[in-house]
Amino acid sequence: MSQIIFSILLLATLVIFSYSAFRIYQLFKLTKPAYPVKDFFKRIQRTIVNAFFQERIFRNRIAGFMHAMVFWGFCLILIGSIEMVIDGIAGTERVLAQLGIIYDIIIGAGDVFAYIIAVFIVVFIIRRTILNIQRLHGKELQKKNHIDAIVALSFILILMITLAGMNIFYIAGHSDFVGTYPISAIIAPMFSSMSADTISQLHDVCWWSHIIMIFIFANVLPYSKHFHIFMSIPNVFFSRLTPLGKMTNMDSITKEVKLMMNPETAFAATPENEAPPTRFGILDVEDITWKNFIDSLACTQCGRCTAVCPANITGKELSPRKMIMNIRQRMKMKGYNLVKNPEYTDGKTLIRDLIKEEEIWACTTCNACAKECPLNIDHPTFILDLRRYLVMEESAAPAPLNAIFSNIENNGAPWQYSNQDRLKWVE
Amino acid sequence: MTSSDSKISVPVMAEVFASGKKPEYLFWVGCAGAFDNRYMKVAKAFATILNHLGIDYAVLGTEETCTGDPARRAGNEMLFQMQAMTNIEIFKMYEVKKILTICPHCYNILKNEYPDLGGNYEVLHYTEFIANLIKSKKLKTNKSKLKGQLVTYHDPCYLGRANDIYEAPRYIIEALGLKLIEMEKNKSFALCCGAGGAQMFKDAEKGDKEIFIERTEHALATKAGLIATACPFCLTMITDGLKYKNKEEEISNLDIVEIIAVALI
Repeated sequence: MSQIIFSILLLATLVIFSYSAFRIYQLFKLTKPAYPVKDFFKRIQRTIVNAFFQERIFRNRIAGFMHAMVFWGFCLILIGSIEMVIDGIAGTERVLAQLGIIYDIIIGAGDVFAYIIAVFIVVFIIRRTILNIQRLHGKELQKKNHIDAIVALSFILILMITLAGMNIFYIAGHSDFVGTYPISAIIAPMFSSMSADTISQLHDVCWWSHIIMIFIFANVLPYSKHFHIFMSIPNVFFSRLTPLGKMTNMDSITKEVKLMMNPETAFAATPENEAPPTRFGILDVEDITWKNFIDSLACTQCGRCTAVCPANITGKELSPRKMIMNIRQRMKMKGYNLVKNPEYTDGKTLIRDLIKEEEIWACTTCNACAKECPLNIDHPTFILDLRRYLVMEESAAPAPLNAIFSNIENNGAPWQYSNQDRLKWVE
Repeated sequence: MTSSDSKISVPVMAEVFASGKKPEYLFWVGCAGAFDNRYMKVAKAFATILNHLGIDYAVLGTEETCTGDPARRAGNEMLFQMQAMTNIEIFKMYEVKKILTICPHCYNILKNEYPDLGGNYEVLHYTEFIANLIKSKKLKTNKSKLKGQLVTYHDPCYLGRANDIYEAPRYIIEALGLKLIEMEKNKSFALCCGAGGAQMFKDAEKGDKEIFIERTEHALATKAGLIATACPFCLTMITDGLKYKNKEEEISNLDIVEIIAVALI
């Protein structure tokens, strides 16, 4: 009976999750190309260093250490969760125990991590609610964002408590238990006075609530900032491998400039099959690339980017975190309508309705945000594409920048000096 | 303060090429080196070092034009690409293979972005170039001239985070006998001077503080008497910060090139 119930729950979880995943896939289909994904070896290397060794997160030592412990703990505990799924379907108990010593190590480490994670999650909740940590605030974070954070942390806390309970009552109820449980084994004897039935029931309560919480959590995630858990590793894997200083080239412009500079090729080599780009740069969510979108899904609003942004530090409107959040927010507002009707418009745009021009022009392209982001989110590339829209579609650059454009055009330098004076410095 | 006030002789590409020679390096001066009064001295100091070492180089002179960096970073991709393709044509004409730069913005765009438009060169920032010459003992410096002087180094974003050049400038500073004292935020953690991404050419957006003042305060906190950098925009911004703090008399702000020129043997 319980196997049937379990299988139905699992199936429901997978169906709902697949539906969410399919909906997100539909949104990805709206996005524009960013760059070809090549060099798989380098990408795997980067994923190992940045994701599995948590390289970037250690730039912030204390919070970084706690995050890394939670991450590594999750990886180990995940194996136990897989075991629970097999047990649930097959009606077995701790089926992976056949792995012997490997099982002891994994389950033992998982047991220790369950307690470590629980403690750190409590610390994280205290940091968010009581300690006034600037990075975790900021005006772009509204009440719903704070609730989202606390809900996700609470989910994880409950998962760890039920996992620990499951281990404790498993040992308490079995004199011949399999696996090692370094911390739960210390706690279990406290319950030795309970009847075997009570212990068995408590174990089942913990087991079922743990697995059901996983099922629920998995289906909440696609709608939460904690979708991070699914998207962060892919985001690292797909991040661009070029130096941070490199800007993407606009190939559509290259074609135009080549035609301009070399008019005789104008008629010879115009590929008519290629549709011209609908728009230069990014005005709204239909112009974003798949990388901008995956960045926005992976972002967990930690604010490391904004904390190091020179413009933000000195009180300007720009917050790189907000920009990335705006992508997801706007996609939520408009994306599914675009899926239904590619011509859809709600009279709003990402620029101006969500992102002010003042934010776009405050960026110094210093790449501090991109360097800091533990997930390799690429904020500057996005900001520069917003500038490209403003300048090339609307000629809406701040006046001093229009002046340097004409200086560069007229005398080949951002300042108004004659090219004939270019060697004055030798005197 | 470094190079002499007398005129120096700098080979110009068109003339060198006309005499049938192909210089090994193109020294890309950049608009700041050509027109910014303060940075013209840095360009001159670098050429002095190249002359001193007998490096086979030439400059483009009046044939040089903006790389397009400020245009591109201000969103004007069209103007950038026109500049880039013009420059690539000139490089092709002079069969340029190796480029030396002093400005990190020129360095970054020539090295990382010109290849997308068909311009592939070995591009070196002077800090890499000189660090190698010191390592291979081709460039000898007089350590006693500057010995023990406290210096802090401000990492330009386009050398540091953009291109991972953190060690070469520090290696040069130490090789010159100076005592390097780091700011709290240094290397990949360094705070921008506020001038990148075409900010140099416009006023900052409304805020509580200017970025260059914030960064100057970081530098002043080290108590170093000399703030070194390796970028024309950083130099302008930090010097402005020192003026704002009324410290320009007691604390000097130099490009590393100028410090090397002082210590040449």
